[in-house]
Amino acid sequence: MIRVLSPGLLTTVQDLGRPGLGDLGVPAGGAADAHALRLGNLLLGNEEGAAAFEATLVGPEVLFEEAALVVLAGAPFGACLDGAPLPAWEAVEVPAGGRLAVGRAVSGARGYVCVKGGFDVPPVLGSRATDVATGFGGLDGRPLRAGDRLSVGPARGEPKGRRIDAAAARWSGPRRRLRVTPGPQGEWFGENVVEAFLSRTFRVSASSSRTGVRLEGEALAAPARSLVTEGVVAGAVQVPPAGLPIVLLIEHPSTGGYPKIGSVISADLSALAQLRPGDEVRFAPVSFEEARRLLLDREARLDAPGVFLP
Amino acid sequence: MTKDAPAGLPRLLPASDAALLVVLGEGPSEAATAAVLALRAALAARPPRGLLDLRPAYASLLVAFDPRATTHAELARAVEPLLPPPGLPLEPAARCVEVPVCYEGDCAPDLADVARGAGLSPEEAAEHHAAASYRVAFLGFSPGFAYLLGLPPLLETPRLAAPRLAVPAGSVGIAGGQTGLYPRPTPGGWRLVGRTPLALFVPSREPAALLAPGDAVRFVPIPRRDFDLLRREKP
Repeated sequence: MIRVLSPGLLTTVQDLGRPGLGDLGVPAGGAADAHALRLGNLLLGNEEGAAAFEATLVGPEVLFEEAALVVLAGAPFGACLDGAPLPAWEAVEVPAGGRLAVGRAVSGARGYVCVKGGFDVPPVLGSRATDVATGFGGLDGRPLRAGDRLSVGPARGEPKGRRIDAAAARWSGPRRRLRVTPGPQGEWFGENVVEAFLSRTFRVSASSSRTGVRLEGEALAAPARSLVTEGVVAGAVQVPPAGLPIVLLIEHPSTGGYPKIGSVISADLSALAQLRPGDEVRFAPVSFEEARRLLLDREARLDAPGVFLP
Repeated sequence: MTKDAPAGLPRLLPASDAALLVVLGEGPSEAATAAVLALRAALAARPPRGLLDLRPAYASLLVAFDPRATTHAELARAVEPLLPPPGLPLEPAARCVEVPVCYEGDCAPDLADVARGAGLSPEEAAEHHAAASYRVAFLGFSPGFAYLLGLPPLLETPRLAAPRLAVPAGSVGIAGGQTGLYPRPTPGGWRLVGRTPLALFVPSREPAALLAPGDAVRFVPIPRRDFDLLRREKP
């Protein structure tokens, strides 16, 4: 069992979510930086989507009541095991009685504590992910609290390596320039507004959450016509009437009625999830073909030599 | 029905590098819902490679896919032969769900406003709302939130100028020509005309959502004491 001594700012159990429930109005959810979660699990021989802790800005402190193999993935946090600095992106044996203080995010926003076997909470609607907004999944549908105890699932599977090449770990690091494809209502905005969107620098608002990254800065002119509520996806850049964009994150409502000027590409969704309040961000246009190539490149690197190291 | 589809419909638009938006109508209507549900059923019956999710809405179906497995062009080729013919009627509902609703007191804080706009008494407005027959167009916004077709035009009322911070679970709301049900407390700007004691979304229940797209819905007015009784019986 693993005991939570202090929960940090917002620590939840997350896996790769529950896609496919559009009929119920349920968002896919899961790890905001899904790529980091996958890499962490691959270093443990877990299934890619084994459940881990997602820490936000300030991580939890946990006590391992039994020994475990652990990987810290995602944003760099100043983590310590029994007072000694703990490297990220590397499988580390934690002895029984070990105290892991995840610490604060040095840069980026979200870090993952992956354990061999994954955290064993009951799946709800096909996933162990916590839906924070609605309050289900994970541990009783809520963020972790001091005193919570979680068990670890059976360990099986061979890791792809014990640590990861430093350059590879930076793939999911924070990025100040997110690449976008045109949104389904891109043409509603007019060339000047699209140009403004692509040339301005925005700042990440403190009111951002797993639902969406809210941006501050010079407002964009929102289109006058109103949109009929339609299905939306993570990465969609909505422009509400006030003109300050909201970029949907993994726990977004399944439908929305604001026009969308663009969509952050799949390969940059992890970087989007790593933005923290106060960060500056810009958007750069790419074609759909380029977006797909960037994603396939990233996937290919999971099997490239020199990425996973012994 | 032999009416032709409006010009430019259906439209297939890339919604992102991982989604195709199929626009099948210009707004909420039985015809649009018929087309959305028909396409959804056809794609669910024979899912194309890489399909991840189908998100129906009033007049569109969002087809989310895994860009590692497929492309917009490949999905469009799978969708095109399944596009419903223009003028397809909405099929009779496979089931009708009776939803008890209390239209009284604090269950219906905006009923008086809606009634005033319609030139009716609150009791008459409640009768009108309950007498209409509804169909679930889709679930969205929040898990289990049902958007219904069939609001009598007389009861159409604009949203509140300032949304409430927390709408009580089970509230029945009106926004313009829309009516719908809030499964859990969320902020919301719809006018609240009643409240059901039924749990609309229970993740551990099968099915998790009380209502499904295409269902017929009948509101059954209940007095306040029955509302309290039924709420207490809830699991």
